[in-house]
Amino acid sequence: MSLLYSEVEEELRAAVRDLLADRCPPAVVLKRAESRPYDPDLWKTLAGEIGVAGLLVPEQYGGAGASASEAAVVLEELGRGIAPVPFFTSSVLATYALVRADAGELLERLADGRSTAALAVSFAASPYLPERGASVRVSDDGTLSGAVTGVAGADVADVLLVPAGGGLYLVEGAEVRATTSFDLTRPVSTVTLDGAAATRVGDVDLADVLRFGAGLLASEQYGVAQWCLDTTLAYVKERHQFARPVGSFQAIKHRLADLWLDVVRARAAARNAVAEGSPTAVAVAQAWNAGVAVRAAEEAVQLHGGIGMTWEHPLHLYLKRAKSAEVALGTPGDHREALASLAGVPGPAGSPGAELAGPSGAELAGSS
Amino acid sequence: MDEARLKERVAAFLSENDPAGDRLEFLRARFDAGLAWVWFPEGLGGLGLSRDMQAVVERELAGTPQIDGGVQGIGLGMAAPTILAFGTDEQRRRFLRPLWTGEEIWCQLFSEPGAGSDLATLATRAVRDGDEWVVDGQKVWTSGAHHARWAILVTRTDPDVPKHRGLTYFICDMHAPGVDVRPLRQITGEAEFNEVFLTGVRLGDDLRLGAVGDGWRVAQTTLMNERVAIGGGGGGRGSGLVGGMLRSWREHPELRTHDLHQRLLSLWVEAEVTRLSGARLREQLAVGQPGPEGSGMKLSFAKLNQALTGLEMEFLRDLGYDDYAFRRSETVDFYGRGPGYRYLRAKGNSIEGGTSEILRNIISERVLGLPSEPRIDKDVPWKDLPR
Repeated sequence: MSLLYSEVEEELRAAVRDLLADRCPPAVVLKRAESRPYDPDLWKTLAGEIGVAGLLVPEQYGGAGASASEAAVVLEELGRGIAPVPFFTSSVLATYALVRADAGELLERLADGRSTAALAVSFAASPYLPERGASVRVSDDGTLSGAVTGVAGADVADVLLVPAGGGLYLVEGAEVRATTSFDLTRPVSTVTLDGAAATRVGDVDLADVLRFGAGLLASEQYGVAQWCLDTTLAYVKERHQFARPVGSFQAIKHRLADLWLDVVRARAAARNAVAEGSPTAVAVAQAWNAGVAVRAAEEAVQLHGGIGMTWEHPLHLYLKRAKSAEVALGTPGDHREALASLAGVPGPAGSPGAELAGPSGAELAGSS
Repeated sequence: MDEARLKERVAAFLSENDPAGDRLEFLRARFDAGLAWVWFPEGLGGLGLSRDMQAVVERELAGTPQIDGGVQGIGLGMAAPTILAFGTDEQRRRFLRPLWTGEEIWCQLFSEPGAGSDLATLATRAVRDGDEWVVDGQKVWTSGAHHARWAILVTRTDPDVPKHRGLTYFICDMHAPGVDVRPLRQITGEAEFNEVFLTGVRLGDDLRLGAVGDGWRVAQTTLMNERVAIGGGGGGRGSGLVGGMLRSWREHPELRTHDLHQRLLSLWVEAEVTRLSGARLREQLAVGQPGPEGSGMKLSFAKLNQALTGLEMEFLRDLGYDDYAFRRSETVDFYGRGPGYRYLRAKGNSIEGGTSEILRNIISERVLGLPSEPRIDKDVPWKDLPR
């Protein structure tokens, strides 16, 4: 289990990075952010030609049968480029749910990018509270009714998958209403079902799907943080005040050295989340990386001065992505709370998890 | 040499040398067999292998007599790599073997009362007198000087050139007349370190390490190794100081509070990502791609140690202290002492081996490529600098 990148992963990274630099640099992302944030042509190339859509799809269904580690490298680059494509929502969250449900026919459609899917789950839900924002029930006649708020990627999906009562359903005729979203490049929608026709495709363990997604989101957050750090470094080397680069002032240098240290550790945490993949590794990566991405974006805004406050500079797209992703799939606080039992750091008497001391705590209890 | 061959070599060594026999004889034989530090050259305690192969030797020789990484720390971590890089063949042969076996202990004569973070401004003079040098000055924060047979020493040999250029590096004989070691008591009560007065100390020119005037470059090698030594170290999840804090936390449910719980969880996460970062760095080193992350490890550990030891005191609510009695301590013992000691001693972590502020300068300039602050001392002869 290595924390380094394999050669295959570096090649994949280079392919994604080159494509984004060529077709969709941040200034282009910004231009389309208010009208049609997603870029279907870019997605077609990325999904089909580079083949990222089928990374997590097993080979028997026409995919690459790759591991989370490769998908994570793609996410690093998509985070760095704030790329307007539904990779995370379709090729990670929805695809993983379908893999676990062994829904071969649907996976074949997703593998080559012909179809794009979304899982109707609130982006504000977490592995610890997977039902947050959802109120869907299965009627006796097999139709679904209810609503899910804060669904990411549903507005660009032609396949909508709805979890309800432990089952995963393929739904036709849902109303998907896009809302004005804090994150311009990954807007959320409200999905409303009013006796919608539904086909059950299998079982779903929503907490497991969200945990898998949370582990991979840490790589996207690392990518966002790294871009913010790199861009800020370039700026403070070039921007002069008091007849010298502002990056030569110790007050600025020390802030950036500390930020670099946070980002370096975010990379290690993101790699461990996919290498080890345990609930503890995922919770650690989320508890750390979500905050680092926000801190990096906030430092970037501050150290760019007035430019950082303008709509014209793409920085705000990163700040908005980072802050939304901090809430997505569990806040850092949610993940730390989970670590109380996962890592055996029980709280004071009466607090949640105080009794569930985890493996080490259990040993202590057993020996007394 | 691959792992299997190395194991054979260790087995052959063990068949000829009894670990239950004389400790020193065993260690000397281990050095002579090239099994001391395998990445050193043959004939100097090594086999010219890659550094990660050392783990094989350590596994195979577990349970045999070992060297003392504490009192020998400065010799092993700082003097040895510097002697290897800059020493003459004669110096390497003379010093490395007893350094490794622990027959001779080393200390470091770098900092001075007037030269801390700005080490290159140091004032201890060395003046040539035939085949000898005469050294006069005062050094400070010298850990283990009271045990040391030898020291690594940086002196000023030319005051008429800018400060970085007029330095020369020596091996100092700590038994020479004129070397006066006095303990410095620390806030913990004990004295790990000393001030060392050098008065008319005569050192042979064969104790010079590197060229006259090249001392700054030689010292850089020492300092980079110091920071790796201080920031390094492996260990699994929940090891180190966070592990000690956790044991205490689990043993005393009655002392837990919500506030401390939140803070401990945050520190646990920070300790874990720091550990992962170190594990990733070691993987990079093992495949020959050293990353710049190393510069950050010491900075991370200093901050973590201070936060964890501070939290532990709040948690335990114990207003006592184990022992302020003045004593000479052999090594730093975080775990064998009380929480008050740990808290106080951890304060040194952000000062020793380069302050956290200097480390941030190094990271921002060497890793991030940010410009240095304007300098007024770079091209001025040392003797004309304000002090």
